[in-house]
Amino acid sequence: MTLNRRTMLKAGAAAAAAIPLFGSKAFAQEEPLKVGFVLIGTVNDNGWNFGHSEGAKYMKAELGDAVAEPTIVENVPEGPDCERVLRELAQSGHKLIFATSFGYGDYVIKVAQQFPDVRFEHATGYQRSENVGTYNARFYEGRAVCGTVAGHLSQTGKAGYIGSFPIPEVVMGVNAFVLAARKVNPDFTITPVYISTWNDPAREADAARAMIDQGIDIVAQHTDGPAALQVVEERGAVGGFGQGADMSAFAPNAQLTSIIDNWGPHYVLAAQAVIDGTWESKDVWPGLKEGEVEIGPYGPKVPEDVIAAAEAVKNGQIDGSMHIFTGPINDHTGTERVAAGVTLTDAELLSMDWYVEGVIPPA
Amino acid sequence: MSPELIIAIIVTVVGASTPILIAALGELVVERSGVLNLGVEGMMLVGAITAFLVVFLTGNHYLAILLAAAAGVAASMIFGFLTLSLSANQTATGLALTIFGTGLSALAGQGYSARPVTLLGPLFPAELALHPIWRVLFGYSALVYFSFALVFAVWWFLKKSRAGLILRAVGENDLSAHSIGYSVIGVRYAAVAFGGAMAGIAGACFPLLLTPQWAERMTAGRGWIAVALVVFASWRPFRLLAGAYLFGLVMTMELYAKAGGGPLSAIPAELWAAMPYIATVVVLVLISIRRDASNNAPACLGKPFLPSN
Repeated sequence: MTLNRRTMLKAGAAAAAAIPLFGSKAFAQEEPLKVGFVLIGTVNDNGWNFGHSEGAKYMKAELGDAVAEPTIVENVPEGPDCERVLRELAQSGHKLIFATSFGYGDYVIKVAQQFPDVRFEHATGYQRSENVGTYNARFYEGRAVCGTVAGHLSQTGKAGYIGSFPIPEVVMGVNAFVLAARKVNPDFTITPVYISTWNDPAREADAARAMIDQGIDIVAQHTDGPAALQVVEERGAVGGFGQGADMSAFAPNAQLTSIIDNWGPHYVLAAQAVIDGTWESKDVWPGLKEGEVEIGPYGPKVPEDVIAAAEAVKNGQIDGSMHIFTGPINDHTGTERVAAGVTLTDAELLSMDWYVEGVIPPA
Repeated sequence: MSPELIIAIIVTVVGASTPILIAALGELVVERSGVLNLGVEGMMLVGAITAFLVVFLTGNHYLAILLAAAAGVAASMIFGFLTLSLSANQTATGLALTIFGTGLSALAGQGYSARPVTLLGPLFPAELALHPIWRVLFGYSALVYFSFALVFAVWWFLKKSRAGLILRAVGENDLSAHSIGYSVIGVRYAAVAFGGAMAGIAGACFPLLLTPQWAERMTAGRGWIAVALVVFASWRPFRLLAGAYLFGLVMTMELYAKAGGGPLSAIPAELWAAMPYIATVVVLVLISIRRDASNNAPACLGKPFLPSN
């Protein structure tokens, strides 16, 4: 058979699709629960995926021999490849599978129908079924703390927000940030910039440059790495925030504080529930109160009174006396969307597709 | 737009375009010799991790560039051995090299993702490099000036030098070049090594010029843009310069428009994202309309050299 370039391209593409191979370290006996984790990036990103792998390690450490060494599959794109990985995990004896990216949702539902005895949990998702649960962390609570710091420290009153895609999770974060900042500075604005990827450090850095060059002095980001913070540090802008983990090593002056993901406690609860036979499909959404979201140390640029204000917002959300999405809230056109005293429900937050006042919406 | 903002945008565009330009110039020479190496992305990643590790361990940026080039050459020699000495299929081997480079760089970078390094500083003294106006000309690191010099060097080499003529002859008609005594395989090895060195340096641009850290897959597909640009430029260095800066400009203007909220921000993000590809289609159409013989790809591109057949 003669191979021409086109057929070889196809063969190459097929080989490329097979990259995320897993190093399954499962034991021969069936006793310990096998838990799988599907990650969109690499565990070395120092952000979102790192947080999930730390959670997996925490689960193993807490539950010991009751669970097998967790299987972590990295770099799984939000496409048909995800379906294949989920199916392979289910076929290889994993009884609990965590799919940790928003775009996996449809594939989780599809594969879960074929494996009714396997439990699936989809992070940041909204679709559930008999054996598919969803879980998330109330990151918006952390963003309200960051927004408070930004409102106090920004000199231009302008923040930028580097996001991947305008999904509810990201829109919610933008809104929480600017709502908190406007409680301090009523003229505060925020400009979301979507870069259509979770991991392209050079592009994140360029987005931060584009912001700082145009008068934005606070750069928040919802992408997974520290690239934007490094630019803030280099340019001497007011500051930014660590996302997913403490990133002060990259920006010792510019990191004002950080939101730290702490998935471990939820993974322990979910795995224990499967072992005990008590697992059921539900939507869990813990936050600052449960320790699932943590606020990292404050940077050297944050004075005592601002720390006190930020801590007040943090503690108010922990004791339930404050919710950042309590009205009155106007949308970006100035129309009232939430009446005074009314708080948005979780369902409304998880489907949020509108910007609050103070957001300069993208085209 | 204020002059300061225009200068700031130019500085960012130059940064975004430089790695693409360097990698594409390397690939241009490789393809002119009749070899299609699709491993640019992988060689760039090998160069990126090498540069990062050298800066992290020694703090010497120029040594980092040198060793990144050497690492790129080493990676390209795997490709060279398989495709030139063993006559393996170039397309498949190039794709394999990209996959290999991605994995190898991730392995070498394990545990280094939380370690910042420093950028390579400007080449010129601070009075010029940090001057609010003159920084548009003098504010860049050596990598940027290298990329411009490389355009002229590649053009001169291909167009004016005897060695370049031989290289083009090998790419256009390997059997004829062979019959008059030139070593087709030797020339192609040299071209592939050059392409590897340039891809390695292009990779070094990521930790040294753009974002001083290591992140897996940090080149994020720019190696593929470089490969596409060679076709876009119809294998000519100055068109390649224009093409690389067109891509860099579109990629950067999108971000400035979104962040600045000016009239440009009315253009939807999806249209911005599609623009480089629309430009590619337009250029390819223009090229094919002109039907100028010299616009065609090297005649032996991608074909193994088998003189015994």
